[in-house]
Amino acid sequence: MSGYYIGIDIGSTAAKTVVLSGDAVAEAFTLPTGWSGKETAGTIRRTLEEKGYLTGDHRCTATGYGRVCVDWADRVVTEITCHGKGGWALFGRDCTIIDVGGQDTKVITVAGAQVKDFLMNDKCAAGTGKFIEVMASRLGVSLAEFYALAEQGAPLAISAMCTVFAESEVISHIGAGERREDIAAGIVHSVAGRVARLCERHGITGDVALTGGLCDSRYFIATLSGELGRPVASHPFARYAGALGAAIAAAGKDFAGVREFSL
Amino acid sequence: MATLNLPADFETYAEARKAGFMRMKELKDNGARVIGVFCSFVPQELILAAGAVSVGLCASSEEPIRAAEADLPRNLCPLIKASYGFALTDTCPYFYFSDLVVGETTCDGKKKMFELMNDIKETYVLQLPSARDENALDAWEKEIIRFWKKLEDFYGITITEEDVKKAIELKNHERDVMLRFLELGKLDPAPLSGYEMGTRQDALGFNPDMAARCAIIEKRTGEVLKDWEANKKGKPSDRPRILVTGCPNAGVREKIIKAVEELGADVVAFDCCSGTREKIEKVDTTLPVTRALAKKYLNINCSVMSPNDARLDYISGMIDDYHVDGVLEIILQACHTYAIEATKVRRLVQEKGLPYLNIETDYSQNDRGQINTRLGAFLETINK
Repeated sequence: MSGYYIGIDIGSTAAKTVVLSGDAVAEAFTLPTGWSGKETAGTIRRTLEEKGYLTGDHRCTATGYGRVCVDWADRVVTEITCHGKGGWALFGRDCTIIDVGGQDTKVITVAGAQVKDFLMNDKCAAGTGKFIEVMASRLGVSLAEFYALAEQGAPLAISAMCTVFAESEVISHIGAGERREDIAAGIVHSVAGRVARLCERHGITGDVALTGGLCDSRYFIATLSGELGRPVASHPFARYAGALGAAIAAAGKDFAGVREFSL
Repeated sequence: MATLNLPADFETYAEARKAGFMRMKELKDNGARVIGVFCSFVPQELILAAGAVSVGLCASSEEPIRAAEADLPRNLCPLIKASYGFALTDTCPYFYFSDLVVGETTCDGKKKMFELMNDIKETYVLQLPSARDENALDAWEKEIIRFWKKLEDFYGITITEEDVKKAIELKNHERDVMLRFLELGKLDPAPLSGYEMGTRQDALGFNPDMAARCAIIEKRTGEVLKDWEANKKGKPSDRPRILVTGCPNAGVREKIIKAVEELGADVVAFDCCSGTREKIEKVDTTLPVTRALAKKYLNINCSVMSPNDARLDYISGMIDDYHVDGVLEIILQACHTYAIEATKVRRLVQEKGLPYLNIETDYSQNDRGQINTRLGAFLETINK
């Protein structure tokens, strides 16, 4: 393999880019998706140009909910296939991949770098990263602060099935003078419970691995693992799994084990 | 005969709807008897034998659902809500001009909705059993006889056994004609789109003239076959061949069937009520007529029947006969019988080593993006 293989994953919240050179990651960066996926795709292109990835031989695959915004990509592949390929490359074995994204959650069965089956949550924000985002903003903290708070709390029950109603439940907790730590822990438990139920409906084959934005929270991984009653693997690069999978799709060659993460 | 009036809001209707109303009005002005039906369990032969025209009633658009939700719960099948909403708002010409509406006790939602619909227009309900044993067959035959009498009383006519036998022959012929069209999907590569198969079937449902319906579809079958022989035969295609199963799909055809074909697949087979399901088994002309009708209609493989293993056998056979690469099941929101039976369908399809995708949706457009992602990923799992 020569040249650069570029994967761009435009999610609802963050736009991830991975550049592969052979089976090594040459570049990986994240931008906020912002209000215009098209504009973000333009910014990514300029960044790649400045760094010289577009000068020589290169191929680009776009994925994610904003995949059609990358009108200069050679190919478009769904994020389900990309998380499957990217996850398989990172974890190096057949497994069940859970991707908790900004607007939807997917459970993906992967064997031999191929997606065998998948289940996506219904059109609902509960059990997705969006829920945590909305609730962190309601508690007036950043995402990093939110996870830090949650880790120190004793989870309060959040029972509403709907984000909008759950938000009122959180407001009642705030009004009742509950500790922010306990509310934050309750929110994380609520999302993890939702995700676990989706997994159980789909059925788990092999080990469970988490990709997507929520990988950054050790507390979420531990809670999800508790809900599922089994270990949940993650990887420092797992938030880039979709973009990595897209880059692998651009290369047209699957491989397990990616070298050199220059983060 | 009483003068027929058009709905009060008629002038505001779109052209296609106006045309539908004018066609139906003309039919009625010429003295036609019109019976409105929703479902394939209604024995069409008796309606035909009564000298009446049977029309499929509107049930596949989001438009009247808001009006329907004034009386019906939100969390109900969109097809049931749309059926009721069209009736309530005078926007379905076929309902509007029907002399009588015929329903049946298929699912709970429909049978309770028919009680409300009866306040808008007389709605006669056939009591369909859910089993397929001798007791059920006896009970269903009695319902067939009761419906026969109902039509006689309603129109003040006599329907003879000869009338019914003649109707059976005509309907059996129509089933064969439709089946030949739908079974074009067995050809590999696919000779026409699944989208066309569905839309043509729907359009025919609103054509009251059986001979004309048969002629239209025979002509199209001939054209498609000729085109396939000349241009497609022997040229392998890498487009995955999809079997669509589950709930009636006319109301979601654009966002699912058209979408999956635009993403690069061919929908070649339909296991649903507008597909081959009702057409496979003919009415047995060697049995006494009411027994023969009862048997044919009781064997329709709708998920309201329990148990319904015949549907699974049929799907399994279709997968082989149509060279299917993947199965797409469409569930309309809150359709319990299909949603639960889907577990058996999934198991069957996966045991046969094929990918299976289940999409639960309603008539709204707000899940188009998510559906496209699912369909795209589903096709990406098919190696072809």
